[in-house]
Amino acid sequence: MDTIETIKLTFFQECEEQLAELESGLLAMNEGAADSETVNAVFRAVHSIKGGAGAFKLDDLVRFAHIFETTLDQIRIGQLPPSPEVMKVVLRTADVLADLVAAAREGDRLDEAKWLPALEECRALSDASHDAIELADFQPVRVSFDDIDAPVAPARPPRVFTIYFKPKRELYANANESVLLLRELARLGEMTVACDASALPLLGELDADGAYFAWTVELVTTRDEAEIREVFEFVEGDCDLTIEGAAIPAPAPSDVAALIRRVQAEMGAESRAPAFVQRPAPVHANAPLKLVADAAPSEGRSAAPPAKADIAKNEIAPPAATIRVEFDRVDRLINLVGELVINQAMLSQRIIEAGFANGSAVTVGLDELEQLTREIQESVMAIRAQPVKSLFQRMSRIVREVADATGKSARLKTEGESTEIDKTVVERLADPLTHLIRNAIDHGLEAPHSRAAAGKLSEGIVRLSAAHRSGRVIIEVADDGAGIDRARVRDVAIGKGLIPADAQLTDAEIDNLIFLPGFSTVSELSNISGRGVGMDVVKRSIQALGGRISIASRPGKGSTFTMSLPLTLAVLDGMVVSTSGQTLVVPLTAIVETLRPKSGDVHALGSGADVLAIRGSFVPLIDVGRALGFRTVPADPLTSVVILIETEGRARNALLVDTIQDQRQVVIKSLEANYCHVPDIAAATILGDGRVALILDVDALVARSRGDVAPADLPFAEAG
Amino acid sequence: MSKVILTVDDSRTMRDMLNLALVEAGYRVTQAVDGLQGLEMLCAAETPDVIVTDLNMPKLDGFGFIEAVRKDARFRAIPILVLTTESDGEKKNRARQAGATGWIVKPFDSLKLVEAIRRVAA
Repeated sequence: MDTIETIKLTFFQECEEQLAELESGLLAMNEGAADSETVNAVFRAVHSIKGGAGAFKLDDLVRFAHIFETTLDQIRIGQLPPSPEVMKVVLRTADVLADLVAAAREGDRLDEAKWLPALEECRALSDASHDAIELADFQPVRVSFDDIDAPVAPARPPRVFTIYFKPKRELYANANESVLLLRELARLGEMTVACDASALPLLGELDADGAYFAWTVELVTTRDEAEIREVFEFVEGDCDLTIEGAAIPAPAPSDVAALIRRVQAEMGAESRAPAFVQRPAPVHANAPLKLVADAAPSEGRSAAPPAKADIAKNEIAPPAATIRVEFDRVDRLINLVGELVINQAMLSQRIIEAGFANGSAVTVGLDELEQLTREIQESVMAIRAQPVKSLFQRMSRIVREVADATGKSARLKTEGESTEIDKTVVERLADPLTHLIRNAIDHGLEAPHSRAAAGKLSEGIVRLSAAHRSGRVIIEVADDGAGIDRARVRDVAIGKGLIPADAQLTDAEIDNLIFLPGFSTVSELSNISGRGVGMDVVKRSIQALGGRISIASRPGKGSTFTMSLPLTLAVLDGMVVSTSGQTLVVPLTAIVETLRPKSGDVHALGSGADVLAIRGSFVPLIDVGRALGFRTVPADPLTSVVILIETEGRARNALLVDTIQDQRQVVIKSLEANYCHVPDIAAATILGDGRVALILDVDALVARSRGDVAPADLPFAEAG
Repeated sequence: MSKVILTVDDSRTMRDMLNLALVEAGYRVTQAVDGLQGLEMLCAAETPDVIVTDLNMPKLDGFGFIEAVRKDARFRAIPILVLTTESDGEKKNRARQAGATGWIVKPFDSLKLVEAIRRVAA
């Protein structure tokens, strides 16, 4: 890969960052919560994209970014107030900008029909007067120096130019140098320079920053006056400059001696006493003399920045120093750490078997190894962790698009954007989350007039939040719409044969019907939510991530979808238990406590379901060995161990197992990838002694034994 | 010893582009991500022969940066070229008032950039 291509990659990475910055800034502006630095940052983001795009000749992108930038600039300087109508257009423009960037990254050009309307819409916001500038701007006038060194065009005969050049003090103040300008002139042709130092005062009266010299230059060149003026481009206005050209009379220009005589004669005729120099010497008052007058008092001054208001209040953290690492390498490291954890567990087992006493040097060392292993593992996981911010930002676009398409008014509120989660999980959440958000607006929120009738603000709120809770990440999508229409859901489910017509279902059970495959309440597929997938697909994607999804709905108040996801897909803390001679792992995050039931604690509830009385309340008791089909005879609760667990809906359940063996970290090995999906089993692991143990999916187990609507792929039916 | 150019730009892409062009032309390049860091670099690292700076930057923009450089006796004689995408005169004039020596219109090609630096470098 050559270097330009590498820079191009950098450019697109930077575009992603700029687009994220743009999005969050615009959203803050939309909420009216933006300070001037936010507006500046928004402007800068678009400006940077334009700058980079120009370098890579991505003309569509430059053109679009330019109009966008012009509009943003007007908002920035207060000419265009960021009203809701204006912000709506601006947000849409930002979306199209993202599309253009995405197309450019793929090396494609976005169909003009997809971006020209947005461009016009955005342009309409800014004044007509800016159009003229814009036209000039995206095809910059090239101030080209390219031909300066090009071979002299032979067609043009050489001419003599008399250039009078008298710098002002501003010229030196900007670090321009007369000598360098003269050097440039010398590149254009044969040159004779006369310096007029008559204005130079006595040393005592000399201002070190003053400009006292003037030069008269005779230049014989084939270039034209415009090219000579170009030399003085940077100092225009900072000097007196006159350029007069004349054709060279006979004798011919090759007769150098005659030419010099003529020039000398002309110069000599001037009343001033000119000092002739063949090559310009570095002689301006600023450089050698300023030490005397100026340098001493200010030498110790540090280069402290001027006290500008926007420096002091800037609280943006400096960008963290980063390195880029290929994803594969991190994955390899994570796999290795997984093996290390297993290996360490095996070693522990051997050492215990070897009969070392607790507190002996070997076991102490082993404890330290275990601690280190855990820290390494956590550090490695942190490499993959990523805030959900980027994911959430993408959703605000979905909200806008769906709201526009459905004629509803909706706003996205996000919380916990800095919550970190495994990168793979973040990526694989995008689709289900998009679907949930679409659903929330399309099915959840009411039309503005119905909202007004219900006494709600006409603008619906979709809340997207993320938080860490007991070792998992909880992501919620909530709307303040009408809630689930349970009567309708029930009818649809009966109509589609998903439940018997006389089924007695709780509200929660009805709500959960929407997760069934083939369920859709909208008879004609809406092109917003119904892209041929239903909530069952969402549920399956979440489950594939080791997560769970649940719904809570209140009529007239709205619905909340709660997703609970593991922080990582690689390791979990588990309790190793055995039942019916099988070894199982129960994820520690679900466990509240363990206990041995006393006689009288366990009550039968008919239909084979038992409950456990604990501290004045009853919780369902699940015999794990029977539920998984390891045995048919019920276990004796009095010789068993009860593990009290809390599931996603915060409901408590008790699991009955034979014994608890250990509590340890286990490396998750996917069953799906190596075998196939097994109901009630989340994954497998390898224990210290090398045996394979299954990791229990407690929520699935509880849901099934509670008699919730069973997933269709469940091989056996179960009654409540 | 080859000349040192300090580039100040908040865009990584732009810094990389500048670096590529300048290193190819035989310059040594130091980089800063905004005006504030530019000033720190001036004090901490080798004094550059020419500074190339962007105008739109967070923390301390190009104008503030140039003014600060010009106020410091140690650095006031360093030529400063500004990068500008604006072809209208307003930005250029503001930059010149702040003390810019010259300008480079973005998007630039390497030749143009190196030529502009050659023009102002002693």
